Amino acid sequence: MLVFVIVLLGLGAWMVIIFNGLVTLRNRVANAFRQIDVQLKRRHDLIPNLIESVKGEMKFEKETLERVILARGAAVSAGQGGNMNEVLAKEGMLTQALGKLMALSENYPNLKANEAVRTLMEELTHTENQIGFSRQLYNDEATKFNTKQQVFPTNLFSAMLGFSASDLWELPADSPDRETPKVNLAI
Amino acid sequence: MNSAVARFRSRVPGFRFFLMNIYEQQASNRRMTAMVMAAFVAFFLVIGLGFDFFYLSFNPGAEPQLKWNTAGGYYEAQKASQASNIPFGTIISLLAGLGMAANSMFNGPAMVLRSTMARRASQGSDKEKQFLNVVAEMATAAGLPVPAAYIVPDPDLNAFATGMNPETSVIAVTEGLLASLNRAELQAVVAHEMSHIRNYDIRLMTVMAALIGAISLLSDFTRRSMRYGRGAGSAASSRGSGKRGGAAVLIFFAIWAVLMILAPLLSRLMAMAISRQREFLADATGAELTRNPAALISALEKIRQAIMPTNAVNNGVAHMCIADPRGSLIEETMGFTADLLATHPPMEKRILALKVMAYQTAPSRA
Repeated sequence: MLVFVIVLLGLGAWMVIIFNGLVTLRNRVANAFRQIDVQLKRRHDLIPNLIESVKGEMKFEKETLERVILARGAAVSAGQGGNMNEVLAKEGMLTQALGKLMALSENYPNLKANEAVRTLMEELTHTENQIGFSRQLYNDEATKFNTKQQVFPTNLFSAMLGFSASDLWELPADSPDRETPKVNLAI
Repeated sequence: MNSAVARFRSRVPGFRFFLMNIYEQQASNRRMTAMVMAAFVAFFLVIGLGFDFFYLSFNPGAEPQLKWNTAGGYYEAQKASQASNIPFGTIISLLAGLGMAANSMFNGPAMVLRSTMARRASQGSDKEKQFLNVVAEMATAAGLPVPAAYIVPDPDLNAFATGMNPETSVIAVTEGLLASLNRAELQAVVAHEMSHIRNYDIRLMTVMAALIGAISLLSDFTRRSMRYGRGAGSAASSRGSGKRGGAAVLIFFAIWAVLMILAPLLSRLMAMAISRQREFLADATGAELTRNPAALISALEKIRQAIMPTNAVNNGVAHMCIADPRGSLIEETMGFTADLLATHPPMEKRILALKVMAYQTAPSRA
């Protein structure tokens, strides 16, 4: 009888430890996700300023500029909608459009000489890196959380305790980012 | 490929550090910090005991001498000397040792920054703004609070991190480094420093820097007082029972004196040994944070080519930097002496380690 009680107590204590560990990890994942959100908002705020300051010089790149503005609008409304897959897809498109804009701006020496544009470009690079790194952190934390749930014997209880696997922040399968960039060497 | 990795493993001195996870790293560093401080306090104890023994002739273990008490008509046990019965030297030096150890904990980072004349990075200049941004990015990647960013006014290429914990940490780079590295390379260097912060290397290294300073100061002081004070001979003879213990006392005095003279060297050797092991690990963790070992390779190549000494960084802080600030070519040589005297592993080995990493992480498309 006594042995039975001790085993039961031990099992209970073990469950408590597992549960607390999982809660800690889940909160870390949620926090890492919020970090990405903060950075995305920053990116959306930055873009109008950037467009405003480069559009005079880059008037021949109207198409690219418009694509950035459109992609931003789509990303902002997707963010308000709150659908995770939608957000991923639209932000992916915005990343691509911005990348093109930044690559093209290299061709304009006047832009590079312009103090305000240089500052904005640095800010944009910073924000893009922040998004990349916070996504990396989120994926690392989510992987840790998922692994903890899926290893034996925790996997027997994790669903019962109300935990589910977190999605990794990946590019959707049909994202334009997945395409290998085509290099055209013809002048 | 695997044999190359195995060969590399056998050559890297601190390889077992790679096999620990981050919590074990932190625990190991915490233990090491405590050990360093204990050794430091013990060192002060030895200094104090020796000072009392040789200079103040304090020796509670000495045989009491029996003197005829004329008033009472009996033999009375008396101390060999008339010296004080309180071990002033021991008490003072123990208090000083504890005080300095505590001081190194509380003021260490500020002392290190002041000794290098570092100033805060400003938002105004382009390059420094970029540095601030890069520091914020790497803090995001490591999931840590953003450290303060400092600039060391020196044309050489170097960087270090200091602080007691990630919340109060500091990353400092030289002006030369900011001027000659591009954004990706700067990011790699900051990532290297960020991993020192994450592993709590900074606490260990900062405490060591503060204590090395204290030891060299103290050793200097004792050596001076040895020259002008009474020597071992007078100490032994004044104790009266010099016949039996004379030789042993002389040997003890010799050991004590050698310890005093070698202490600064020994403490620096210890700092170097610890630092060498941590550098490989910080390179690896830094590359893991940026997922870009190639940038760290090219940054290290640039730092290596600028071999002039970093004048703003003195010897006591040498073990904290990303590359040896003395600019000596000892870093370039391999072998036992170099392994013993260098604060950092040879650049050759560090770059090789990163190249192995870059090879392994490179996408498999041809």
